Amino acid sequence: MVEQEGFRRYVAHIILWIGIAIVAFPVYIAIVASTQDNALIANGQMSLLPGGHFFEVYYQTIFVGTSGSTREPVGNMMLNSLIMALLIAVGKIAISIISAYAIVYFRFPFRMPIFWIIFITLMLPVEVRIYPTYKIVADLHMLDSYAGLALPLIASATATLLFRQFFMTVPDELLEASRIDGAGPLRFFWDTLLPLSRTNMAALFVILFILGWNQYLWPLLITTRDDMQTIQVGIRKMITTTDALTEWPVVMATAVLAMLPPVFVVVAMQKLFVRGLVETEK
Amino acid sequence: MQKQAIFQSKLLPYLLVAPQLAVVLIFFYWPALQAVIQSFLLQDAFGLSSNFVWFDNYIELFKDPAYFESIVRTFFFSFAIAVSSLSFALLLAVMADKPLRGSMLYRTLLIWPYAVAPPVVGVLWIFMLHPSLGVLARYLRAAGIDWNPLLDSNQAATLIILAAAWKQISYNFLFFLAGLQAIPKSVFEAAAIDGARPMRRFWTVTFPLLSPTIFFLLVVNIVYAFFDTFGIIDTMTRGGPGTSTVTLVYKVYTDGLLGGNLGSSAAQSVILMILVIVLTGIQFRFVERKVTY
Amino acid sequence: MANVTLRNVRKTYTGGFEAIKGVNVDVGDGQFCVLVGPSGCGKSTLLRMVAGLETVTGGEIDIGGKVVNQVEPADRDIAMVFQNYALYPHMSVFNNMAYGLRNRRMPEAEIKTRVEEAARVLELTSMLERKPRQLSGGQRQRVAMGRAIVRQPKVFLFDEPLSNLDAKLRISMRVEIRKLQRRLNVTSIYVTHDQLEAMTLADILVVMNGGQVEQVGNPLAIYEKPATTFVASFIGAPPMNLMSTHPDEIKSQLGGAASQAGILGIRPEDFVMTDQTPSGGVALSLTVEAVERVGAETFVYGSRAQDAQRIAATPGELPPGEVIVRIPGTEAPAIGAKIRVAAVRNKLHLFSSDGRTRLEA
Repeated sequence: MVEQEGFRRYVAHIILWIGIAIVAFPVYIAIVASTQDNALIANGQMSLLPGGHFFEVYYQTIFVGTSGSTREPVGNMMLNSLIMALLIAVGKIAISIISAYAIVYFRFPFRMPIFWIIFITLMLPVEVRIYPTYKIVADLHMLDSYAGLALPLIASATATLLFRQFFMTVPDELLEASRIDGAGPLRFFWDTLLPLSRTNMAALFVILFILGWNQYLWPLLITTRDDMQTIQVGIRKMITTTDALTEWPVVMATAVLAMLPPVFVVVAMQKLFVRGLVETEK
Repeated sequence: MQKQAIFQSKLLPYLLVAPQLAVVLIFFYWPALQAVIQSFLLQDAFGLSSNFVWFDNYIELFKDPAYFESIVRTFFFSFAIAVSSLSFALLLAVMADKPLRGSMLYRTLLIWPYAVAPPVVGVLWIFMLHPSLGVLARYLRAAGIDWNPLLDSNQAATLIILAAAWKQISYNFLFFLAGLQAIPKSVFEAAAIDGARPMRRFWTVTFPLLSPTIFFLLVVNIVYAFFDTFGIIDTMTRGGPGTSTVTLVYKVYTDGLLGGNLGSSAAQSVILMILVIVLTGIQFRFVERKVTY
Repeated sequence: MANVTLRNVRKTYTGGFEAIKGVNVDVGDGQFCVLVGPSGCGKSTLLRMVAGLETVTGGEIDIGGKVVNQVEPADRDIAMVFQNYALYPHMSVFNNMAYGLRNRRMPEAEIKTRVEEAARVLELTSMLERKPRQLSGGQRQRVAMGRAIVRQPKVFLFDEPLSNLDAKLRISMRVEIRKLQRRLNVTSIYVTHDQLEAMTLADILVVMNGGQVEQVGNPLAIYEKPATTFVASFIGAPPMNLMSTHPDEIKSQLGGAASQAGILGIRPEDFVMTDQTPSGGVALSLTVEAVERVGAETFVYGSRAQDAQRIAATPGELPPGEVIVRIPGTEAPAIGAKIRVAAVRNKLHLFSSDGRTRLEA
């Protein structure tokens, strides 16, 4: 529309840049703080420009950890987070795609009850059943283990529903053609359905990876050993001690390192991310 | 619901659903059932025996003013976070929906905070607004505000709402943009020909057409505020000062962890489950009016 | 090479709906059989039962002398071309054709020979590495054909393979399919709702309606002697004019035959504009309502003066009392004009009042 087009666009650009500034500012401060001297920050004298301690702070953070409280290298925490996120993403996709396959492509007794049993889990996040779940994981001797970290978070129906929805859009004739071409159920799944699901799997993987990496309450409860901490739990423990002792540059470096992988995934795989986000919310 | 073309097999489908069924039964149904059972039991002081006490744990809860306060607080936080984040995100989305140069760049620069974990959000914001060393706190004090969220409960609440709303901007922005792009441009053109000025056009055309998206996001944001604020609260205020930022989820966590009152914690879990089921139910009722990207 | 024989084949769905109510058809070796009928008549279901994609609830399907009711589709030695082609979207043209052969563990060298031969015949050689989405509709159709050919099956099954193509391509592919089938000499069963496609392709035409076979036979024989009013109005375009024999105008002309018959049928092309009444034939007086000139011929839509009641075999075709007449393209009566048309005795079709039995005039 022609009316005042130039002026309105100008305003739009300004508003968007203000929005970007608001969104980016806390992260900018974190990056700046992670390159400065702790004493300066503790005095409330922090500069708004990057300092010169980048390498030493990040080296200490990744390979040593804080000099006080926990002393766990953040590099190790990142490894734990990565393993947990991958287990959640891969595990959930794997068990969901095969159960969705069974529910859509077979007719068997208790099919609908099983579907509903899985479907209902959609409604309740782990937070509402946190202590009983903790007890079961403890009884199964899975505290401080990757399986204990990942399994309870895999128990949800989002991915199953997504694959079910996708399978329903695959034309019936593909299965019929496969049957005439001599492919049985497993071969059809492997040769045809799986390749067709690639984009959906990738989009889902992106979302699940981010959600897994960002898990907090559950790892907080079930990891007691420092070497099993995830980065989200580790960063919180760094600021538990009294304020005076908090090593802010290390904390901020940890915050930056905690953001890096998921933010990278969002930016680098934006298309898949958007698709995954929109589809998992359906 | 199901395909016409299917495979015949007696055993295979069960093998295929078995892994998910096992995980769901062991890590979802069993604990959920435990929570329900436990909520009807009262453990003695030493945790040696427990009695079936019907709804005593629930009655105790609702008699407890602290619990009632945390319900009110949770809903207040939820609405404050949802409304502030939604309105800011809508403004940005409407701007980004215009045919601007670099609109893809804007999108990229606005969506990445989705990936920042709640505890990290808490750390970032407490650092900026820390009473003694925060860079923004300096300006607030210079402006004559006695800023200390670690002591002042209203300020603590404000801080949490700001941080949580900040994180949610990108998610809301993305869905608003999708919703806006799904509206055919010809509708705006028709409104323009009908003589509606841009502001009027927004309130009479865009906003009503976007209302399914707005409703959907409102529910999602409220559920988000219920659960994902845990990480923010735990890193920023730990529920303090006092119990002034304790939400329902935070209370389940602290009561179970510190108080060791399992019956009460379980009853709280059950109430939370019911709340979420109601919210999800509301959302499902409107599921067919969802946006499509 | 094989015969396909259907013996009293039935299909009843759980819930009681009877989709196929006992069908008997015998397709000889190398013959081209076309199943034709309106949508919902069961023709696709029947084809899918031959393919093994639908279970048979009664009767027998026999391919090459072997009852295959319980045999898996892959083991029936048939190949099928689907309406939407059902190409594997993630596989190249080559792999689409090779997939069924690989599943049968055929040596790779032989697969290559067969696929390349099929590609040559179908003019797909330059497209073997493309994915289905990079092909036009006609090319996809040919890949679907290729997938059937490479298998060298006993029987080809076609499920409305041309209905997704535009009119022009449909005609040329129709000719291609017929030529290919003649050359390969493979028994074929072809489903369509297009009576023109059915007439031009079939050695044996099976006209179906409501889960039953109305008539089986040579297409021209069916055209000339339709067994029921349904067949009469379904085969031939525009459809045969059907009218009650009771009005005086017709009764008096038909004489004795009219007393048994309830319905008289005359094809539009069997009328001539004339003032005379051929002996034993039927002449009608019409008021011209509409005229369609399509070049070589002209269609005249006329209403009969009398309150003649037309028997609609398929609802929604022509209003009662209206008659279509085909005349040479050089003629065109004016709208509102009164004309007189007549058909000779051996061009009349007589049916019982319920339309289910053909009576010889």
